[in-house]
Amino acid sequence: MEIFDNLALGFSVAVTFQNIFYCFIGVLLGTLIGVLPGLGPVPTIAMLLPITFGLPPVSALIMLSGIYYGAQYGGSTTAILINLPGESSSVVTAIDGYQMARRGRAGAALATAALGSFFAGSVATFLLAVFAPPLADLALKFGPPEYFALMVLGLVASVALASGSVIKALAMVVLGILLGLSGQDVYTGTPRFTFDMLELADGIEFVALAMGVFGIGEIVRNLEDEHTRTVMVQKVKGLLLSREDIKRITGPILRGTFLGSFLGILPGGGAILSSFAAYSIEKKISRHPEEFGKGAIEAVAAPESANNAGAQTSFIPMLTLGIPSNPVMALMIGALIIQGIVPGPNVVNEQPNLFWGIIASMWIGNLMLVVLNLPLIGMWVRLLTVPYHILFPLIVGFCCIGVYSVNNNAIDVFAMALFGVVGYVLVKLDCEPAPLLLGFIIGPMLEEYLRRAMLISRGDPLVFVTRPISATMLALAAIALIVVLLPSVRRKREEAFKE
Amino acid sequence: MKNFKGAAAAVAALALALAVLPFSAAKAQDFPNRPVTMVVPFSAGGPTDTVARLVAESMSRTLGQQVVVENVGGAGGTRGAGQVAKAAPDGYTVLLHHIGQATAATLYRKLPYNVLTDFEEVGLVTDVPMTMIAKPDLAPKDAAELIAFVKQNRDGVIYGNAGVGSASHLCGMLFMSALGAQMTTVPYQGTGPAMNDLVGGQIDLMCDQTTNTTGQIKAGKVKAYAVTTKQRVKSLPDLPTFQEVGLPGFEVAVWHGMYAPKGTPPEVVTKLNDALKTALQDPKVIARFADLGTEPVALDRATPEVHKQFLQAEVAKWKPVIEQAGVFAD
Repeated sequence: MEIFDNLALGFSVAVTFQNIFYCFIGVLLGTLIGVLPGLGPVPTIAMLLPITFGLPPVSALIMLSGIYYGAQYGGSTTAILINLPGESSSVVTAIDGYQMARRGRAGAALATAALGSFFAGSVATFLLAVFAPPLADLALKFGPPEYFALMVLGLVASVALASGSVIKALAMVVLGILLGLSGQDVYTGTPRFTFDMLELADGIEFVALAMGVFGIGEIVRNLEDEHTRTVMVQKVKGLLLSREDIKRITGPILRGTFLGSFLGILPGGGAILSSFAAYSIEKKISRHPEEFGKGAIEAVAAPESANNAGAQTSFIPMLTLGIPSNPVMALMIGALIIQGIVPGPNVVNEQPNLFWGIIASMWIGNLMLVVLNLPLIGMWVRLLTVPYHILFPLIVGFCCIGVYSVNNNAIDVFAMALFGVVGYVLVKLDCEPAPLLLGFIIGPMLEEYLRRAMLISRGDPLVFVTRPISATMLALAAIALIVVLLPSVRRKREEAFKE
Repeated sequence: MKNFKGAAAAVAALALALAVLPFSAAKAQDFPNRPVTMVVPFSAGGPTDTVARLVAESMSRTLGQQVVVENVGGAGGTRGAGQVAKAAPDGYTVLLHHIGQATAATLYRKLPYNVLTDFEEVGLVTDVPMTMIAKPDLAPKDAAELIAFVKQNRDGVIYGNAGVGSASHLCGMLFMSALGAQMTTVPYQGTGPAMNDLVGGQIDLMCDQTTNTTGQIKAGKVKAYAVTTKQRVKSLPDLPTFQEVGLPGFEVAVWHGMYAPKGTPPEVVTKLNDALKTALQDPKVIARFADLGTEPVALDRATPEVHKQFLQAEVAKWKPVIEQAGVFAD
């Protein structure tokens, strides 16, 4: 069995004192920056790149990878505790995770996130080891029409994110799309809504928008009412999961892992979509859909598993094709080049130590993360007892540093402040921010892929239905739309929300 | 552990520098007495960032102060360049930019700085050659056939690039202008997704830096036709140049240059230039550049004067090409 030889090789590389040490440093740093709002893996890895100059390539890549998937673990912490998703992948976790925290179940939410991530990480690493080359070929079959269909499906599913009025959710999606379309048009270079400012030429920064409408908006809302906080702290109970909880999260974790592993290999929006898609599916098949949006444990388990699985499988195109699927992978390729390794499809054959060493280290890293994170849950929950007048200025300070560090752009900090006000107004109007963020992410991609598909097909719209993958996804989107719009279903849905 | 100590020392030095900042009136003769910031106007991890980090690491050793790379991406490199143009002219802020420094003068009609008058050129760093590559099953067998194929099929050929103002966009414009034939241009957000669609056969043709293409070419995942430089490239010796196959004068390379803000004292520019020249002779830099499919420029091209003339020539070269294509970035 070749695979066992390869894995043995991988572990022989990963299980050395030096590499275990760098793996640990990586996941520890990753957890830390994941917990600090706004500080993401991209600026961290960029800052650490010079340090990796003197390391052997395997150790360098093991440490940098650890930072990336470690940040996925840590990112859910602030999303759950203070409604502050620092990254697109934890936006969905914030919806029900924060509601769980408000109901005193912060510990259970954090434990679910950690266990779900561990399971997903292990399975996805296994897939990476066994199926990397065929999965990479699958990613290549996705052309512009397939991506367009995937985005349509995502947008239709986004309405399911809303737990309140469908009309308001649609309005939020459209507002998100409008915000997302600002910046330079990819096709003609024409600037949109930039007011002649170079700082806005690349559009609005996602981190600024997400931290503004979620985090800052939530802080402003909390300032209104000093009492909510005390209530919340008193109700903190049961840090770990009950048997009932474990039964409820098993299915969602399995489905989330599968979905995330698949979508993670697609370059571009794949990994982002996976957590949204996992949430929508759980809500559709759940026996208690009415709990979604109010603290359903499934709604934490599925997206967290999906985003962690996606984080692992997004290494597949980078390692097997030499093509980066997101900015972090682009950085990894930069790190490889600095180490004198030319990224490309030959890396697996020419550098088996590197390829299998990284894969083996992911298993070790995921194990370290769960050991690191579970005992910390008690400490994170205690964070909620820190008084407002200390906690809030700290959070706002970290948000400013974090959002500035993304592009070294001061405009982003102002944008975050502005969106904080917007977020507060939205809360007051009972409009949910999650569909807005999904519109913001998907809208521009929808446009980009639609125009690209039409350019390549020379304006023939049939391209979307003659290609099987694209046709299947569009059909699924149509079915989902009909289900949402059917009057009887709608009535039932509204009844469910009245409860 | 040496590296962690080095990093700790750098952090300590930075903190110290910040503390004494207001009191250290910049005297040119003791430059540099605090870390130098090298602005890269693109995100970390890209080819320009890699070039900058290799050069910065070597320059740090020569100058005795850390040269810290700061990524100020956005607006095709003009945001970072604009920031350096307005920075204090003391040599502590320098810019490492690529060919976009010259093309921005035409691509952006409302640029808030002047490419030719707002900088002191420090020197040219390297030329990264480009390669014309295609999906594996594109019909033409060699570069001469490709030229005939594009002339015959015109907008039936789909050319992918990494967005307005990118190197692949410039190469495509020059190619179409040299052939007098328009292809269908499909822009992407960066090279990664474009390469994905090329390897997957969704698009026909792309021209990109050897940094991005060498791995794919050697693995046979794409078909390579020609290189865009005057001479053949050492790492891809079998590829002809476009000049060899009947496009006289066709030359495009992603050159990289270093700049300081206008008004930086000449002695400081000289010190920076000396450190740059030392970096260009550094065996480690040369070896890594070779992996990128490039080499440092000859030392006589790495001077401020030569770079100034070269920049002027490049601005003049691209102006008609961009205006003829009619694509602007604002």
